[in-house]
Amino acid sequence: MKLKDILSPFNVWERAAKKPWTIKDPINDRPGAANYRGFHKNDFDKCIGCGSCEEICQNDAIDLVPVEGQETKEGNSGLRPRIDYGRCCWCGLCVDICPTGALTMSNDYTWVADDPEDYRFIPGADKTKWQDATKGYKRDEGIALINYDRVKMKEIEPENRDKSFIEIVKGYNKDQAMKEAERCLECGICIATCPAHMDIPAYIAAIRDDDIENAFRILYETNPLPEICGRICTHKCETVCALHHNGEPLAIRWLKRYIADQIPKDKYMEVLGTEHLADPILDRKVAIIGAGPAGISAAYYLAIMGYQVKIFEALPDSGGMTRYGIPEYRLPYDQIEKDYDYIKSLGVEMQFSTRVGEDISLEELHRDYDAVFAGTGLHLGRSTRIPGSDNKRVYFATDLLREVSLGNEIDVAEKIVVIGGGNVAMDITRTLARLQNIKYGKVDVLTTSLETEDIMPADREEVVEAREEKAVIDPGWGPKEIEISDGKIKGLHVVKCLSVFDEDGRFNPKFDDNQRKFFEADMIVESIGQGMDLSYLSEEIKSGLKFGPRGRIQVNKNFQSDLKWLFVGGDIIQGPDVIHGVANGHVAARAIDQFLKK
Amino acid sequence: MNRDSESKYKGFEADRSKYPQMEKDKPVIDLESQKFIKTWQGPQHPGVTGNMSVELIINGDEIVDAKTHVGYLHRGFEKLMERRRYIQCFPIVCRICVPEPDTNEYCVSAAMEDLAGIVVPEKALWLRTLNLEMSRVGSFLMWLGGQAGSLGMGAIGQWTIGMRDFWLDLFEEMTGGRVYHMYMIPGGVRKDLPEGFRDRTRELIVRTRALLFDIEKTFFNNAIVKARLKGLGVISPEMVTEYGIVGPSARASGIEDDIRINNPYGKYAELDMKMITSDVGDAYARAEVRYQELHQSLDLISQIMDKMPEGGKIQAKLPNVLHWKIPAGQTYVKAESTRGEHGFYMVSDGTKYPRRVFARGASYTHAISVLEKLAVNISISDLAALMVSLHTCPPEIER
Ligand code: SF4
Repeated sequence: MKLKDILSPFNVWERAAKKPWTIKDPINDRPGAANYRGFHKNDFDKCIGCGSCEEICQNDAIDLVPVEGQETKEGNSGLRPRIDYGRCCWCGLCVDICPTGALTMSNDYTWVADDPEDYRFIPGADKTKWQDATKGYKRDEGIALINYDRVKMKEIEPENRDKSFIEIVKGYNKDQAMKEAERCLECGICIATCPAHMDIPAYIAAIRDDDIENAFRILYETNPLPEICGRICTHKCETVCALHHNGEPLAIRWLKRYIADQIPKDKYMEVLGTEHLADPILDRKVAIIGAGPAGISAAYYLAIMGYQVKIFEALPDSGGMTRYGIPEYRLPYDQIEKDYDYIKSLGVEMQFSTRVGEDISLEELHRDYDAVFAGTGLHLGRSTRIPGSDNKRVYFATDLLREVSLGNEIDVAEKIVVIGGGNVAMDITRTLARLQNIKYGKVDVLTTSLETEDIMPADREEVVEAREEKAVIDPGWGPKEIEISDGKIKGLHVVKCLSVFDEDGRFNPKFDDNQRKFFEADMIVESIGQGMDLSYLSEEIKSGLKFGPRGRIQVNKNFQSDLKWLFVGGDIIQGPDVIHGVANGHVAARAIDQFLKK
Repeated sequence: MNRDSESKYKGFEADRSKYPQMEKDKPVIDLESQKFIKTWQGPQHPGVTGNMSVELIINGDEIVDAKTHVGYLHRGFEKLMERRRYIQCFPIVCRICVPEPDTNEYCVSAAMEDLAGIVVPEKALWLRTLNLEMSRVGSFLMWLGGQAGSLGMGAIGQWTIGMRDFWLDLFEEMTGGRVYHMYMIPGGVRKDLPEGFRDRTRELIVRTRALLFDIEKTFFNNAIVKARLKGLGVISPEMVTEYGIVGPSARASGIEDDIRINNPYGKYAELDMKMITSDVGDAYARAEVRYQELHQSLDLISQIMDKMPEGGKIQAKLPNVLHWKIPAGQTYVKAESTRGEHGFYMVSDGTKYPRRVFARGASYTHAISVLEKLAVNISISDLAALMVSLHTCPPEIER
């Protein structure tokens, strides 16, 4: 034993003279660090109730619950996370995954309550002392637990597509589809918004499992037109996708197309288990007017229930607007046929070139069939009714598109102006650009709309692609007059459009007459909306029906009119788009089934 | 009892000359003979590290037989993970070791990265290394207090635990949590350093070294400490291999094994460090090795502060963690915790959940077989000191 070792420990006394370390005043707050994972906060304006936080919580501490004042609306379930602090471990995974950035943590960490129930609370709804804390844990920009970038879709380059009607979008391959499908949060916010309420998370999960046949069956549960919808659906689901709050929404439409593309036409019956359906089992007959999406959807669901279904179509082939309104480069005819032929193969009869009201009357259908479904669509063009619009070189977009689909030649001018800012306007613009390119080797189409570019109803990619194909888009102008000289069109006079809608959101455009432009043209196409042709309704039938705003036939939520045997759906009731037609047809089919069973 | 520490590796074999009698190499303990008392140290006992107990048979003050019992804090982490998505594992594993959670965090993420083929960005590797070294500092400080406390020197325990709290302050700033940091996630880490962090860390290193200087004078240069720790629980190099002893406990017996040096991970290969060993093998030697390693960790942290670049990516891109499946395979990853080799064996069967996760902590051997062997023949009053000198952590035994 060394003397040094006996004396050395007495050094401890030195410390008596040193400043103590103890926190001086433990009663007062000692704020948590700026990045501290303390009590939760939720910004209700941002939260969409997607439930990702609930899904990721490894302690099951989070439940999504209804909250007073929060309503279910498009893109928002109206539910909010409730956190049980008896289970929470403050890992903050919920914050990291939150796709909207609504959920964060404050740096507060003291909370005394006498009721243990208090510790199960709804951040954002229940008043807390930390709700305004600015410090605390937030997801770092540098990390991500979910993938916000969409798998890019391959498209045919403009120079390889602008002289033909070849399909532009190439579709995903397996790797791409699986990668894209992996991005899904499975929140299901999209289901509520999809008019057909397709079980989107389920079919996307089936893609991830590489079980395409199952995915295909899921599609057909709610939508018998997957090749069509997989290409040209207005994809309302994507606009509400939880991922879009912080990145690109999931490519739901392309994934649907991927599924349908994988199943060859001759396998449909086998995969869907419908081989036994060729002979209808029920003795009841349903007539359907119009072989468009609504009629076809109703026909499909009635056929699989065992009804005898016959479709009457005025045009020479099936498809309605999907065939006669949408250009081939967006929706090739063979894909339309893939969907429709399968339905035909289920024993659904289709009689083409038969216009109800002319070739056969609605009364006759009523007499010969137990119920009738009318999905006659919007095939009439609407005119701007500006001076000069009655010239023979002023066309409606719908008429021209139909002519192109029918294979009839149209007299394409060298200089064309299109009026309209919707998808149909883009369709005709790009169709005419192609025809000009074929005929003249150059493009001279200008498209103008009331709406400025930011509020144009057309899909963004349509505008971009139209420009890539050398069409000029000059939005924000109101058409005033078509200048005519010697019966020939000189061009279109327009004035600046200041606003399209008034404060109440009604269509009421305001113009500035001092800002003017003149677009030279020798052919003008109007694409400002479509109208319906209800001439097949005789006066007697009309007297039994009620009509709503804009001449729409009034129907109940099952698309049943006041004449109990007549069901009406599709563009003439809702939409206009394919998916509303599909949804209406499905609902009507079930209602017809109920009606006929009574 | 052999208390002559200068003689190399003597005393690890029990002296059975008096009691109990041996029959076929097994002690014959007849409790009826009134020569023995059966008593328990733990599970609630200040001299036991964490929640475990040692069932003792004593003769007077002398322990003649020791049996360890665990089962007081089994939380089933390994099993829980089999029912969790991969990303949901990191908040669980930190709980395997309270004073040093980060090694677990590192291992579980590294295992997933290895199986999934994820390359962690440079900056994240630096931050991980920093985090692991800070964690070693915190753990050593806690051990040092415990070692002093086990000899009745509670004041030193207060100093080191107080100092550890300042390190926890840094953890809080860096990770958002004081004790369970949940900082490393598969692919990287969750945050870069806050502003001014490097300066505050350098400052704290100076303060810690000042404290360690005091502790050197009061604890290491202390006749009582030396009298009690020297010669206690001697581990021979042969025993290291036989029992699978790792970390400072092995290095104090002359075994040159430090994963940070021999199989560097993170950014250790770019740091300057030497193997710290001793060739005495007793509790005092282990304390000295740990004390030097504490200084070494402080030095490594300084080096990291100087070498780590500003900015940079902190996480590799992960697939959507809700559906993350790792290709089928198995891996074992290891890291150097303050108690030695800490490893995770992970098996993936290609689904969303790990098929099996096995956490290997040093304490499994140190606190069971090694302790049972070394406890025999020592005084009951030294048992706490012996246990702490093995730096055992029961939660590691019961994953
Ligand atoms: S993850 Fe975010 S947006 Fe979704 S419910 Fe939770 S807090 Fe709301």
